[in-house]
Amino acid sequence: MRLRWENISFTYPTGVRALDDVDLTIASGELVAIVGENGAGKTTLVKLLNGLLRPDQGEVWVGDWNAAEHSTAELAARVGFLFQNPDEQLFERTVRREVAFGPRNLGMTEKKIRSQVNAALKAVGLDAQAERHPYDLPVSDRKMLTLAACLAMDDPVLVLDEPSIGQDAAGRARIGRILRDLHTMGRTLLLITHDLDFCAEYAQRVVVMADGHILADGPAAQVLAQNEVLERAAIIPPQLVRLAQGLGLPSMPLNVRDFVRVYSAWRRKKKKH
Amino acid sequence: MITVKGFSYWYPGEEEPALEKIDLTIPQGQFCGVVGANGAGKSTLCSALSGFVPHFFHGEFEGEVRIDKHMVAQTPLGELAGEVGLVFQNPFNQIGGARFTVREEIAFGLENLGLSKKEMETRIAEVLDLVGIEELADRSPFALSGGQQQRVALASILAMQPKVLVLDEPTAQLDPRSTEDVFSALRGLVQRAETTVVMVEHKLEWLADFVDRVIALDRGRIELDDSPTKVLSSPRMVKMGIGRTQYTETAAAAKRGKLKLRPKILPVTLDQARTFFR
Repeated sequence: MRLRWENISFTYPTGVRALDDVDLTIASGELVAIVGENGAGKTTLVKLLNGLLRPDQGEVWVGDWNAAEHSTAELAARVGFLFQNPDEQLFERTVRREVAFGPRNLGMTEKKIRSQVNAALKAVGLDAQAERHPYDLPVSDRKMLTLAACLAMDDPVLVLDEPSIGQDAAGRARIGRILRDLHTMGRTLLLITHDLDFCAEYAQRVVVMADGHILADGPAAQVLAQNEVLERAAIIPPQLVRLAQGLGLPSMPLNVRDFVRVYSAWRRKKKKH
Repeated sequence: MITVKGFSYWYPGEEEPALEKIDLTIPQGQFCGVVGANGAGKSTLCSALSGFVPHFFHGEFEGEVRIDKHMVAQTPLGELAGEVGLVFQNPFNQIGGARFTVREEIAFGLENLGLSKKEMETRIAEVLDLVGIEELADRSPFALSGGQQQRVALASILAMQPKVLVLDEPTAQLDPRSTEDVFSALRGLVQRAETTVVMVEHKLEWLADFVDRVIALDRGRIELDDSPTKVLSSPRMVKMGIGRTQYTETAAAAKRGKLKLRPKILPVTLDQARTFFR
């Protein structure tokens, strides 16, 4: 499902101008990362998608819906949200009920709800914890639980705010796999993250924000190698990009396998000369 | 100095210990990183060092934890607070909420130390500057983003000037620049004031650059305890589910491939990786 922000401005009641005339289109099925320092406007931008915030100026489109004409509840059927802090969205007594809450509100049948919940819990690795109280889980699992709740709703658009925070290597890899699966299924995915290594590995396209503006927007390998832009956005490039630049490699590898391939070719060429 | 001897701890009603036979000595003025997969016991170790285990989390324990001459299990939390400061994983749990501004939030802990007004003001100004939140001083702690709250929580503890600082993923919600600022500020404290810092952190790259020592926990036990380079490059980091920096992984992959690379020790920092691949 296509997303569009048309000349959007937004100022918080405190007077902080979070977005200033932002124009952005995301095509259906894209996996896009939005990066920038704390307070750059990333979270504000995505909160406009489900009506949690309404713009002062401009229009937000979710598929063929103008967000202004739809309630937050209606928009929730199109845009799923994984909040940064999982405790903002957990309120049921068991893990299973938590995940079933969304599908039930969307009016799915009991049979469908059951299969959605089971599949979602399995995907995040919490199938054995279904009857526990959400707050008995450690915070990294509570994040996985909120992800399961999003997955069970089958929303065509999913916004993930800092999904890799507090996850160990196994948790990061699991979230990465889920993102790839959703991407293959044609979902539109928005990833907000400070974890540039995670972003390099999984995002196709990267949007860089600073002070409520978009500084850069393009394919991940291109954007993540623009040191000047990243510097202005107070972002440190991914580890592999820094290493590739330090060595003077001809192209920017975004994962370990790519790096070894590019490096090997570069070294062979260097030896010949 | 922190001394832990044969310490094991069971949460109420649990059969498996969250920490098992921990032996650990951390000298004054050392910056020590703690890593581990989710559920390895990192947060429990933080609680044990700061007295929340056994004073707040009850359950059973064996062995002892000492901060200088204070036996943690026998010293009330209020008394320990002057010795050891704990920065929680979730800043929401730290920020009291009884105060209207960030400045007052930071002053809250200081009021209990019986300091003069002038001394309090000096300390507040210092920590606001140290963690880079001067511009937030007069805002409500609850109107801040997660990353900003995390820095307020850190500032509140720093203002108490504890000799031992225990931090549970204090940079989780921070962007890379702010993460670097926090690591630099802590390094500075270690050097200037000989503060002992124990920091749980998933961001391995920063640990590699800043700390003196890394302890890796696995299922409640200390599995590795050595220099950052030795611990972070160990293949056991992968087996324990902690992972390694991309510098290390890339070097390991290159060595597994047909590339003949001479250095034996895998790199954990950018500088080491550049030397490795040169």
